Amino acid sequence: MLNRSLKILAGTLVSAGLIYGTASAAGEAEVLHWWTSGGEAAALKVLKDDFAKNGGTWKDMPVAGGGGDAAMQTLKARIVAGDPPTAAQIKGPSIQEWDDEGVVGPYAIDSVAKAENWDALLSSQVANHMKCDGFSKYCAAPVNIHRIDWFWANKKVLDANGLKMPTSWDEFNAAARKLKAAGIIPLAHGSQPWQDATVFEAVALGIGGNDFYQKAIVDLDMDALGGPTMVKVFDQMRILQGFTDEGSPGRDWNVATGMVMNGKAAFQIMGDWAKGEFTNAKMKPGIDYYCLPTPSDHGYLYNVDSFIFYSMKGESKIEGQKLLASLMMGKNFQKVFNLYKGSIPARLDVPMDEFDMCAKGSAADLNYSAMTGGLLPSFAHGMALRLAQKGAIQDVVTEHFNSDMSSQEAAKRLAKAVKDSM
Amino acid sequence: MSPADQLQMQSLERSASFKRSFYRFLLFFILGLFALYYIAPMYVMIVTSLKSMEEIRQGNLMTLPREILFDAWKIAWGGRGYDAGDVFLRPYFWNSMKMVIPAVVVSTFFGALNGYALTKWRFKGDNLVFLLFLFGCFIPYQAILLPMARTLGILGISNSIAGLVLVHSVYGLSFTTLFCRNYYVSISDEIVKAARIDGAGFFKIFFKVLLPISGPILVVTVIWQFTNIWNDFLFGSSFSFGEAAPIQVALNNMVLTSTSVKQYNVDMAAAFIAGFPTLVVYIIAGKYFIRGLTAGSVKG
Amino acid sequence: MFWLQKNLPRIVLAPSFAVLLWFVYGFILWTFYISFTKSKMLPRYEFWGIQQHFRLWDNSRWYTAVENLMIFTVLFLLICLLIGILLSILLDQKIRAEGFLRTIYLYPMALSFIVTGTAWKWILNPTLGIQKLVRDWGFSEFTFDWLVNRDMAIYTIVIAAVWQSSGFVMALFLAGLRSIDDEIIKAAKIDGASLYTIYITIILPMMRPVFMSSIVILLHISIKSYDLVIALTAGGPGTSSDMPAVFMTQMAFHRSEIGLASASAVMMFLTVLAIIVPYLYSELRRQDVTR
Repeated sequence: MLNRSLKILAGTLVSAGLIYGTASAAGEAEVLHWWTSGGEAAALKVLKDDFAKNGGTWKDMPVAGGGGDAAMQTLKARIVAGDPPTAAQIKGPSIQEWDDEGVVGPYAIDSVAKAENWDALLSSQVANHMKCDGFSKYCAAPVNIHRIDWFWANKKVLDANGLKMPTSWDEFNAAARKLKAAGIIPLAHGSQPWQDATVFEAVALGIGGNDFYQKAIVDLDMDALGGPTMVKVFDQMRILQGFTDEGSPGRDWNVATGMVMNGKAAFQIMGDWAKGEFTNAKMKPGIDYYCLPTPSDHGYLYNVDSFIFYSMKGESKIEGQKLLASLMMGKNFQKVFNLYKGSIPARLDVPMDEFDMCAKGSAADLNYSAMTGGLLPSFAHGMALRLAQKGAIQDVVTEHFNSDMSSQEAAKRLAKAVKDSM
Repeated sequence: MSPADQLQMQSLERSASFKRSFYRFLLFFILGLFALYYIAPMYVMIVTSLKSMEEIRQGNLMTLPREILFDAWKIAWGGRGYDAGDVFLRPYFWNSMKMVIPAVVVSTFFGALNGYALTKWRFKGDNLVFLLFLFGCFIPYQAILLPMARTLGILGISNSIAGLVLVHSVYGLSFTTLFCRNYYVSISDEIVKAARIDGAGFFKIFFKVLLPISGPILVVTVIWQFTNIWNDFLFGSSFSFGEAAPIQVALNNMVLTSTSVKQYNVDMAAAFIAGFPTLVVYIIAGKYFIRGLTAGSVKG
Repeated sequence: MFWLQKNLPRIVLAPSFAVLLWFVYGFILWTFYISFTKSKMLPRYEFWGIQQHFRLWDNSRWYTAVENLMIFTVLFLLICLLIGILLSILLDQKIRAEGFLRTIYLYPMALSFIVTGTAWKWILNPTLGIQKLVRDWGFSEFTFDWLVNRDMAIYTIVIAAVWQSSGFVMALFLAGLRSIDDEIIKAAKIDGASLYTIYITIILPMMRPVFMSSIVILLHISIKSYDLVIALTAGGPGTSSDMPAVFMTQMAFHRSEIGLASASAVMMFLTVLAIIVPYLYSELRRQDVTR
């Protein structure tokens, strides 16, 4: 009697195990992200569908706000509670920063990356961003590349004033003065800290050059941060401030884009998500508006959105991580996702023929800059620095742009703020 | 009364009535002026919610819509009807209700009990205890988010409605205790004394004598708690996710896009829809609200 | 049995008090400790010393935040009380539309400030809102640019905050007025006192507890103001409208500076302790005396 019931029990356990086994093969994933609306959400939907098609269970965990600021509260709460999400939208040096806290290893997705040979599919810069444990093992997967240093310009406005797209900052300044005299706002800008930082890095890249950018903003060389070149960069920032209108502080970036679209303003410096606004208003690149890089020596500031994979307990969650990582790097996914998102694929071998003019230009520039050493991480979008240093620089940049601080003073403060944040 | 006196009386009355209607006019003028101040932002929001995005992009934000469109309201409530990136409020209403109702009931009940114990059964150090409760009002929630997460994690409710109910009840206690204590302090001790002479105990007096006359203050407490818990974003986004998230998280996800096209008309409509339950609470409970606070905080 | 009777109030308070000890005072102690560690992205527990507090007081943003909190709190408190009292007295003059007006004054509290902040941003923006409107009417010199003016931005936050919260103060005071015996007013009138004198010298002094409730509620709002600042100015122009709660949140969650954030939280606790607690304590003692 006892024997029989034991057998039944064992049988139940085995079949339960089998069911569990099949479930775990498919995997489950809880994904923290802040792509909650419009093209971003549509892009992410592609991934969700792919995941479900492969038998996985996707639990969505969207927390929007402040370009991921609100999501960080959620993420930290979850990790401190001992229950991290399967994957989270984390990018840049923050990936390694999380690894230092010991919550990422043992890097379950590394086996997938090795099997699929990610090293060959990604440029070495992008690949390094995705690696933990002293840049040896993959712990994150990239989904796109956004370019940051863009000029968006209203073509009709430029034509009417007999202007071409500027190829140097001096040319830009001259064009802007002319526009201002004609009663047009030369630079549409929303002076929020991150937007100020976006303009700042484009200027630093253009005025200082690629090596200066690398030294000052990426390597945090104190002499470069507080030096004469940085003073020049701040001088140009002050000039740019004169080209904005009085309503600029606090304005949302898309309102500024709207000003370019309706011809109140001529230029905007913004990442390539601005394209979505133009597309939505049925405007065409090259015909209604220009999308060209801000003047620099073939520099290219990139922002790679990626997902980090935390240390997980439970077979099915680990399987979910592996499946998710593999899907994110899928060729078709990278294409479809980026068509929605307005960016370009992180994978190098994705055909670009379905993309628009701006994206094609971005991809071509990326390859050229990668060869000539101009491919550099965006500081304003968290690709160049850890969070404390990024924040310290941003504070000084936005303080300078929104006050009458001298350029010398700004450079001095910049060096001090970075030093204090270490 | 002489005719002269009568005449003087009349003119006095006339000038008094003139004065009265002048004051009346002034009164309404000031009240109306303030009403404008309160309505202006809401006007902008309503007008925007009724416009198309094309019209909003053109930039005349204060003007009336050229054509009144209810599309934004429909989208905010029920979505666009396709799957991709379609966040809308309807599914999240119930989540918020499941959190708000228990949290309000629990915190209000304990607040009343505490207020009763602190005022009608005074003991040494009761003021100090009350002060310790009050200090809880001033905790910035961001400061204690992480230890809270750890605590909920240990209790195994870090990702559940139960966790949210606990959090909101705990931090509501300070406020509910404040309201109820100030109410009971004004109620005559004689009632309690009489009940004690009749042999009623602690709980019997609370349930049979005090609670029946606490209606007003309980409504006040409920309104305060309801508003605050309904509008909470921080805890909601930290301790519940995805389909189980409260409505403020969904609202936030609708409104705060980072690098995607903004739909201001939908945002504005969504804010009104999300605030609707609170408005209903205000209107229904309005009368009690006023009567409740009456006895509550006045006769300290 | 007698012991139980005697200690029942304490026993009844015990569960709430225990919860309070852990979730309020336990967490405050935790924050204190963390402010003496090197915690960055996540809390770490190795003792580091007082450095975070030095770093805090060496940070110019923190000074701005503290200064703004002082300006904000004083103005917000005074204006809310003033408007609240004024509106409640006016509404108390047997107004027919009272219910309607009361709801209008209260409703801002119910709306998410994340969204109403956008509306305020438009209204206060010189190129979109009031300034443009008045200039379009023909007053081309009219200027209202506080939102984009470094020195004035904090005051726009006060305007929006007052909009959001003064209705509740109005309700508190209205309720207070309703509880006052009509006989007192009548008696004073017979003595020949003017309405103004009656309110100033008799009625308002009777409302000390309402003041206490209002002050607690308003201070709690001003110390915690985060959404308001983020939605309206995001701390700008530059960092000129920063507030401590914003500083703390950004350091803790967006900058991997949990130790520094804890140090700022400790300062906030100490401020509350130094300013509010003495007031509450004296208020409670006064109430005890008058009982």
